[in-house]
Amino acid sequence: MTQFRLTFLVGLKEGILDPAGQATRNVLQNMGYQADDVRIGKWIQVVVSAKTEDQALTIGQEIGQRLLSNPVMEYFEVTVQAYE
Amino acid sequence: MNNDLSVGIVVFPGSNCDHDTIAAISSLGAKPVVLDYRLHSLPVLDRVILPGGFSYGDYLRSGALAAAAPIMDAVEQAAADGLPVLGICNGFQILCERGLLPGTLLPNPSGEFICQWQAVRVASESPLFTGLDQGRVLRLPIAHHEGSYRVAQGQLAELFERGQIFLQYSDAEGQLHGLTNPNGSVANIAGVQNRNVVGLMPHPERAMAAYLGSRDGWDLLASWLGMGENAVC
Repeated sequence: MTQFRLTFLVGLKEGILDPAGQATRNVLQNMGYQADDVRIGKWIQVVVSAKTEDQALTIGQEIGQRLLSNPVMEYFEVTVQAYE
Repeated sequence: MNNDLSVGIVVFPGSNCDHDTIAAISSLGAKPVVLDYRLHSLPVLDRVILPGGFSYGDYLRSGALAAAAPIMDAVEQAAADGLPVLGICNGFQILCERGLLPGTLLPNPSGEFICQWQAVRVASESPLFTGLDQGRVLRLPIAHHEGSYRVAQGQLAELFERGQIFLQYSDAEGQLHGLTNPNGSVANIAGVQNRNVVGLMPHPERAMAAYLGSRDGWDLLASWLGMGENAVC
């Protein structure tokens, strides 16, 4: 078994209200920036043991769906790399 | 008594200790002046308080968005001109995010929102708090999720040397140890000061009468208002 690092980006789907993003956009605009839209999500790293990189990615897809995101309102992306 | 003393109390969206703070300041005989966060300038004031709460819903980071609110430019300028500024709980977080106080407040290591009575010790005498002697132990409520005070590596000794540590979590006798540290703050720090700017996690405005558990908040605020031991009910 080898260790792999899975990196997840979890964000709200298009059209889902993001009050934190809106508040942050408003403050950026008050500061004078032309910030037209802000969406706030999560960045998550998980180290897993797997036989191959493909297997690690499969695990990543699974935990992304089962725990790290809520498919009703969120999307996620997962990438895999060797863990030193 | 101090009817001429005007104390600005900034209300951000999500502030929720503003009314308690207004009541506390009024009961001390000073005049509370409510300040909207959208103001670009301050009226003539003797003090400013950033009260506790959850400004901007704690979005992004506690205090981060409020630190960039329009009024904070004016607060920063007034602080630079010598106006005493007090941040309580979320107000402390805002002052740290703004860079008016050193350090930052991280989530409690327990992961829990802590709401309890807490003894704190006056770590160093401050010109901002006349009559509040070093070693004095105050019994005050704390109520926070992000209260674990941390500073950049290597900065802690400097803060102590400069007398910038104002309050430390202690036991009722004023002893400092891990068991009396509710939130993992470095060196049990509960409050810091930077010249005329001070921030603290405990809520003095919630400890204004003995029948509510403690009157030590009265002493602390009276001292900050320069009323020292002369304050009377």
